[in-house]
Amino acid sequence: MRHTSHYVIATAIIVAAAPAIAQTSVTDEIAKYRQLLADGNPAELWEMRGEELWKKKDGPQKASLEQCDLGKGPGVLKGAYVELPRYFKDVNKVMDLEQRLLHCRMTLQGLTREQGTKTPFASAGNPSDIEALVSYITAESKGMKMAVTASHPQEKTAYEIGKKIFFHRGGAHDFACATCHSTDGQRIRLQELPNILTKSNAQAAYTTWPAYRVSQGEVRTMQHRLNDCFRQQRFPEPLYGSDAITAVTMFLAKNAEGGVYNAPALKR
Amino acid sequence: MAGDTDYGKAALDMIKSDFKSKGPATVEGVLKQDEAQRLCSEYPTERPKEVAEKIEAEQLKLVKYPDGAKYLGKWQEGEKIAQNGRGMQSSDPIGGTNGGNCYACHQMTKEEISFGNIGPSLYHYGKLRGQSEEILKYTWAKIYNSQAFTACSNMPRFGHKGILNEKQIQDVMALLLDPQSPVNK
Repeated sequence: MRHTSHYVIATAIIVAAAPAIAQTSVTDEIAKYRQLLADGNPAELWEMRGEELWKKKDGPQKASLEQCDLGKGPGVLKGAYVELPRYFKDVNKVMDLEQRLLHCRMTLQGLTREQGTKTPFASAGNPSDIEALVSYITAESKGMKMAVTASHPQEKTAYEIGKKIFFHRGGAHDFACATCHSTDGQRIRLQELPNILTKSNAQAAYTTWPAYRVSQGEVRTMQHRLNDCFRQQRFPEPLYGSDAITAVTMFLAKNAEGGVYNAPALKR
Repeated sequence: MAGDTDYGKAALDMIKSDFKSKGPATVEGVLKQDEAQRLCSEYPTERPKEVAEKIEAEQLKLVKYPDGAKYLGKWQEGEKIAQNGRGMQSSDPIGGTNGGNCYACHQMTKEEISFGNIGPSLYHYGKLRGQSEEILKYTWAKIYNSQAFTACSNMPRFGHKGILNEKQIQDVMALLLDPQSPVNK
């Protein structure tokens, strides 16, 4: 079933992109194509697998994740994602979804950190439970407004550190996140780049992750998106579930406040 | 602002602890900022005139002009460099050949429609400017160290940071300036 849908999608992309000459029409065609597929996003398969994983007794402690507290109480998924990252009293720190999920897998299911971070991103023949779980959890916030408060002092600190990292220029190419994401209407090749400093752009960008990426045939999480940004920025590799990623995510999520959450989405 | 500085230090500490060197992309490489990188991080969007002038003057001094004033190589090679986006990423091999990836940000030829807009269009660059010594020197210096003329430019300092070698810059120069180059058709 997966293979069939990949084939259809790949064909549709080629058909949509090939006749387009001017850049605007390429962009328009991609938007049209996205709309066509909006009712049949393959991410639904990840959501279903995620739900099974959430409820399955697993790990050394043979426990499910159903008692995982993502900030709205044990097991409450509805609306949890639009309030993340947030401060968690039990660990006295700010966590994003992926960090918190790892925490639950360690504390409830008894996984070691190494086991919990072994396959954050799927590769050929090696699926990731995290991508499925994140798909399921985030889908439970569909249609809700982004409502990260950053009211706790530690949340404010995470936001400010995330902002500093966003503007930190370094490495071989002198790039910062801001190089590509602080001006309206910028494009790399034909790829439009959201200006994270404006509300509407930040909302449009943030509320559509995680996303099923047609080019990769996988649902990719926010951390995967950030990893890829850092790679292209010529930065070293961020550690999975690290505070640095949470801080940058906090900066992005807060900037996207008020946007209607609509993911897992579909991207090229 | 004291608070600001503290967040800055916390951010550096976090980069140090939460990133892992891989391939040519090292933690030290992003932590150890030079003065231009530090100032451009401190003033990301706007900066006082004197800060900008200081950066530009310092960076201009760092430009190395080519041996024997040989500015132009082969535009055909330059086109390959302009198309090549590889190099210096954590996924790249150490010591591999880097591209210039010019099309990521610039329009250059009529044929290539997939180009970005972070930098200005360079189509007809040589046709409009000719090949006076002044233009050759300016264009070289701009590729070698973009911040010699624009503090905190988004463009990498290709020569200064060792992304492109002298021969590669000569080839990119030819792409921009050779009358036979598709840039000038």
